[in-house]
Amino acid sequence: MQKNASFKGLTIPLLLLLPQLAITVVFFYWPASQAVWQSFLLQDAFGTSTEFVWFENYQLLFTDPGYLKAFWNTAIFSTFVCVLSLSIALLFAVMADRQIRGAEVYKTLLIWPYAVAPAIAGVLWIFMFDPSLGMLARGLGRLGIAWNPRLNGNDAMTLVILAATWKQISYNFLFFLAGLQSIPKSVIEAAVIDGARPWRRFWTIVFPLLSPTTFFLLVVNIVYVFFDTFGIIDTVTGGGPSGHTETLVYKVYSDGKGGSNLGGSAAQSVVLLIMVIGMTAIQFRFIERRVNY
Amino acid sequence: MAQVTLTNVKKVYPGGVEAVKGVSFDIPDGGFCVLVGPSGCGKSTLLRMVAGLETISAGEVSIGNRVVNQIEPADRDIAMVFQNYALYPHFSVYDNMAYGLRNLGTPKDEIDRRVKEAARILAIEPLLERRPKQLSGGQRQRVAMGRAIVRKPQVFLFDEPLSNLDAKLRVQMRVEIKKLQRALGVTSIYVTHDQVEAMTLSDKLVVMNGGQVEQIGLPSEVYKKPASRFVATFIGSPPMNILPGTIDGPGIVALGDAILEARDLRADLAAGARVEVGLRPEDIEIASEGEAGSLPFDIEFIEELGATQLFHGQLAGLPFIMQAATDTISAQPGRLWISVDPDRVHVFDPATGQRLGL
Repeated sequence: MQKNASFKGLTIPLLLLLPQLAITVVFFYWPASQAVWQSFLLQDAFGTSTEFVWFENYQLLFTDPGYLKAFWNTAIFSTFVCVLSLSIALLFAVMADRQIRGAEVYKTLLIWPYAVAPAIAGVLWIFMFDPSLGMLARGLGRLGIAWNPRLNGNDAMTLVILAATWKQISYNFLFFLAGLQSIPKSVIEAAVIDGARPWRRFWTIVFPLLSPTTFFLLVVNIVYVFFDTFGIIDTVTGGGPSGHTETLVYKVYSDGKGGSNLGGSAAQSVVLLIMVIGMTAIQFRFIERRVNY
Repeated sequence: MAQVTLTNVKKVYPGGVEAVKGVSFDIPDGGFCVLVGPSGCGKSTLLRMVAGLETISAGEVSIGNRVVNQIEPADRDIAMVFQNYALYPHFSVYDNMAYGLRNLGTPKDEIDRRVKEAARILAIEPLLERRPKQLSGGQRQRVAMGRAIVRKPQVFLFDEPLSNLDAKLRVQMRVEIKKLQRALGVTSIYVTHDQVEAMTLSDKLVVMNGGQVEQIGLPSEVYKKPASRFVATFIGSPPMNILPGTIDGPGIVALGDAILEARDLRADLAAGARVEVGLRPEDIEIASEGEAGSLPFDIEFIEELGATQLFHGQLAGLPFIMQAATDTISAQPGRLWISVDPDRVHVFDPATGQRLGL
């Protein structure tokens, strides 16, 4: 059976493509090209004069210790959020896959956090861990743990990591559960008869068969921590204290909006853009080569 | 090598569905037992209970004089071949076969020796480095067999292993399984819904229906003296013709106007009692009109099977099939007079379906 429709001439295909192309151009290529153009410009604080400065914004960026720190913050933040949210979600999915009674309720409850808007999630975590109001912060205090994310950079980083992880577990859980359920039951049974104990069975059979799901989630999670965690960071710490939780995407915002350094901010977003293109390329390469068991 | 004994084994699922309703039989050491029956008869559940993949609700399963009800599948010393082969897709053929031995902590050189030996027996040596998805159905089947034999288990369990193969390959693999089992002498339990596989492979045939055993015996016994109407129509192809009749005297049944002698018929049945008479299509002989015990068969159409022909038609107003070697009868659609050897007339109780035999 022929899957592709074929047209004579070019008019109809072009007309059919036009809405999609228009949206892509207006909302993606035009702003992106504006960002690239802007990154070569230097404006004064009042926006009255603009000068074309070639790569000066980029030079300034990579010599700015604050920017390099944001790189480092992003690396720590994304590593922890990815590893934690993936491994906790996998654990939950394995439990849910085993459990039979009440599985639907369990799954539904686990999916709820994903429906919470990032800003609301951030506020929840602020309240729980507020040094003077928060229940959990008080609990930590009673255990003798000094806790103050408003002053201590590491505490602040821990808090945003927890909030961002909590938010992403639901999503990862769903995919892992679907992945686990697509592994043929008889393969697991064969491993049982072949004498593999549960722990060994998991690492030699289940986990390798789950690898396409894991890789897909890894890419999605990296994109999540790079961009979608902006709301959480903004509400929980606002990048502080003193830039300790300022990630790359947050710095784009704070330098551009707060610092009115539009050129520098644009240069940062171009750097981010290149990183995303790189990651997307890896993803596509993977999907094309994906191991089909 | 071990004897397998099932004693009043039951499976009740939560919710009260009784899949296996108390089954008892034993398989001698080195025996090849085939469980056969229609889908949903409980044969696979029974096999999975022997494997340890399903819990046993009641009764006892023992392998080599050891009750295994509470023993993990891995410790039962069994190997299983699954219907869809259940090969590990991310392992090579070699690793698929070696996996069970590695789990046991077998030394590397011993694993290597056993895997290569199994590969040689099954003629899959050139495939050892391939992945399952690079293999054909028949090759996957061999790898699944290889995975079972490298472990040198006490019992082989086969769960419809040939049903995913095409007809030609199925015949070939069937013969190979039988040869292999003979050569290795490992006690085997084989589940199938295919009565040809059941007849050819087994030296103990267990026919199941509705969670119960209908008949246990040598395949030839089951064929010659089916214990019930169910077994009679399930074993044999095309299935046995069943016609309503009445008892006419000791060892005599009446089919409409015709009188048939049935040697294997209980003598204590009252004349006039309603019975069901079973005649196998391949047991029908040609008679002449007016001969004692001859029946009128109205042929409607003929199917050519090559070596044999199937004659479809009506006998006493009911559908009837007769089978004969090609060219022995130059039958045309129309009336033919037939008879059956009195030793091959089967009589069943219409209420219970049980054989009314001696």
